[in-house]
Amino acid sequence: MLTLAELEVRRGATRVLRGIDLEVRRGEIVALIGANGAGKTTTLHAISGLLPVQAGRILLDSEEGEPLRLDRMPATEVVARGVIQCPEGRQLFAGLTVLENLLLGAYRRSDREEVKRDLARMAELFPVLGERRGQNAGSLSGGEQMMLAIARALMARPRLLLLDEPSLGLAPQMVDRIFETILALNREGVTMLLVEQNALAALEIAHRAYVLETGRIVRSGPGSALLDDPRVRAAYLGLGT
Amino acid sequence: MSTLPFLPGPRAALLVVAAVAVVAFADLHLSAYAVTLLSLVLLNVALAVSLQLTNGLTGLFSLGHPAFMTVGGYVAAILTYPVRRKGFMMPDLPGWLATAQWDLIPATLAGATVAALLAVIVGVAVLRLKGHYLAVATLGLIVIVRVVINNLDGYTRGGLGLSGVPRLTGPWEVLIFTLLTVGLVWRIKHASLGRAMMAMRENELAARCMGIDAFALKLLAFVLGAFLAGAAGALTVHLVSVITPGAYGIPLAFSLVVMVVVGGSGSITGAALAAVAISLLAEFARPLEEGLELYGLSQVLVALGLILVLRLRPTGLFGSREPAAFRPVRVPGVGR
Amino acid sequence: MSAYFLQQLLNGLMLGSLYALIAIGFSMIYGIVRLINFAHGDLLMVGAFTTLGLAATGLVPWWAIAFLVLITGALSGIAIERVAIRPMRGAPQVTGFIATLAVSVVIENGGLILLSGQPRTFLFPEIMRSRVTVGPASVAAVDLVIIGSTLLLCVLLLLFVRGTRLGRAMRALADNLLAARLMGIDVDRTIMAAFAIGSAFAAFAGLLWGGRFGQIDPLIGFAPGLKAFVACVIGGVGSIGGAVLGGYLLGLAEVMFVGMLPPVYSGYRDAFVFATLILVLLLMPNGLLGRPEEDRA
Repeated sequence: MLTLAELEVRRGATRVLRGIDLEVRRGEIVALIGANGAGKTTTLHAISGLLPVQAGRILLDSEEGEPLRLDRMPATEVVARGVIQCPEGRQLFAGLTVLENLLLGAYRRSDREEVKRDLARMAELFPVLGERRGQNAGSLSGGEQMMLAIARALMARPRLLLLDEPSLGLAPQMVDRIFETILALNREGVTMLLVEQNALAALEIAHRAYVLETGRIVRSGPGSALLDDPRVRAAYLGLGT
Repeated sequence: MSTLPFLPGPRAALLVVAAVAVVAFADLHLSAYAVTLLSLVLLNVALAVSLQLTNGLTGLFSLGHPAFMTVGGYVAAILTYPVRRKGFMMPDLPGWLATAQWDLIPATLAGATVAALLAVIVGVAVLRLKGHYLAVATLGLIVIVRVVINNLDGYTRGGLGLSGVPRLTGPWEVLIFTLLTVGLVWRIKHASLGRAMMAMRENELAARCMGIDAFALKLLAFVLGAFLAGAAGALTVHLVSVITPGAYGIPLAFSLVVMVVVGGSGSITGAALAAVAISLLAEFARPLEEGLELYGLSQVLVALGLILVLRLRPTGLFGSREPAAFRPVRVPGVGR
Repeated sequence: MSAYFLQQLLNGLMLGSLYALIAIGFSMIYGIVRLINFAHGDLLMVGAFTTLGLAATGLVPWWAIAFLVLITGALSGIAIERVAIRPMRGAPQVTGFIATLAVSVVIENGGLILLSGQPRTFLFPEIMRSRVTVGPASVAAVDLVIIGSTLLLCVLLLLFVRGTRLGRAMRALADNLLAARLMGIDVDRTIMAAFAIGSAFAAFAGLLWGGRFGQIDPLIGFAPGLKAFVACVIGGVGSIGGAVLGGYLLGLAEVMFVGMLPPVYSGYRDAFVFATLILVLLLMPNGLLGRPEEDRA
């Protein structure tokens, strides 16, 4: 569904991504793991059209046949094509209500009736959001905010969901709940590219995974295979061989 | 090897000699108009360079120079005003002021000090906040000063302004003041104080992490700038012999900001050159404006020029630097 | 309530309405681009002269003049954003501020060149100038029109920012730029819309200002613009509700200051306003309704 080919991205004078290749197939959860500063968030920002691409391509399969060049699209167009990011640190509209946050998730959609139906679905999926729809997003707890961030992304009806560090800063039980939710959504057919520091949790639920080191992909393969890879175990899982 | 920050390079020394020569030549051979024009240009250089201290080096955004000039100018003028005319012009003055007739230098220092005290009050209120609040507060200060002077007519003759202020300032006084101002700002810039100011301009948080007291430093830069502006106001009044409440207003604030920005924020040479260029431009545009009845034309041109500079060369002509020729000399074997 | 007090109250509400109309634009624009638009006050002048020009033809009915003034203000705001603000995006905040200062100088001096500094008179139709009795007091109808139309515009704006897609996008953009982009909000278009609306309000204030005070000149926008900024600071910069509240508080305070103190002090009116600014900044820098300022990523 999504293909990155020899993608190069700079931030200022620094080459953050030095030519990476990556593929996400329909229905998959693909994990992208790596240390701080390896370029994970930069990858997602480049896909979302927030950063200019120096070289290489970002291709998205389309119904019309010819794949779309996301690397040449502004953020507004990328969102319109159903590639939705749920950013690191949640980035909610803290001063707006829960309901308004959800409606903004559906900003590019014009099918009002369907949006209404999706709102009801979110209230089912995350009952707490339904109860607090009139409350400011900034007043929610960390876990609730994460649910809202995911729900807001789902309101866009993503074909591909880019999840950046969904477990960051959450209590352990909350992390479990978020990962359960991610799995459940995937079973319903949402394709995902998951960026995580918590490599263990990510590899456990991912179909396939890539390991990013200083702007290059150094390992890739099925999640379970990487879990057994001695180097990955040592560097990212804090486990001996 | 070390640098002596306060010794100008040999070419900068040449520049000082050249400035002295120009003033001497003008004083001996040119018309009174030319001498006054030269003095006003030099005062603009001093004003722009002193604003460079506040806005350029420290990264504050003050528009308050005209307010401080007005305060300095009025205080000094009241102090030097001929005693025999004081009773008539300023009936409300208390006895000790009514009988005082000071010399230029103490009066200038007094005016500058009052301006600096005013800056302390405003600075304490506003400098803890983000930059643009200072801009608006100092703009408000210009209005406050004008209104107060307008209304204190027993001390200031209100909107009529004070005329007949003794002409105590000559080109030499102006030259010395300008050289002192430039020298002082130069020395600050090239000492650790100036580096601390520039560090704060670039990244306040980082500067504070290095133990720089940001608030004290901002206040110092702001108050010192106000002191110099107050002195410049005092000297100007005794050059042109008249002051009105609105004489130094928002157009001047704008011109000074333009000099700093076009010259390059933090560049003393740049501000000085821009001050000379813009003062002369305004002076020569005046007959044109009067002839064509297009008052305000030079301001429009300067403003459009500024927008162009901001778009094309946002760091100004010189950035924050000085031309290589004027950089401090390296003296082998001196210092650590 | 004494007639005198009621009279003063209505005067304060009238002045406060004008400040509020200008302050709203300041706040909307600040909220989104984190920039004080220095040229904002000059849109008052643009609105006033547009009104004068259209009224002088004698052909345009007043409702159409009001509409055209709103349009002119919106277009002027868009032009300012294009020329002086969009190109400076990403530059330090001060750069944008200086650019708007330059725009203000161009507008004011351009006005002096094209329109001359001579004050000009313009009058609202007879019916607006008639006196209306309100309880024990009597006011000019125009004062009620000013208060009424301001309240109407405020309600419309409230409905717009709360209830429409574009209004919600504006608030989202002011709240979190990164998230707004990730939602697919067109940042340029939304900023343009904020400038258009805020500027239209300021221009409309110019129509009211000219009609109320009868005389206009090219520098007329400066002082009200600066005072409206003071109103913003009182209410909390960036908050639309704060701008309205601050506008009314400042208008009332200014009128009370002049009305309640001995006449000797009335000359200090403007000094009082700006002293208030410095005092508010000292005591409650976030204003009444503002959120503490944190830098956006």
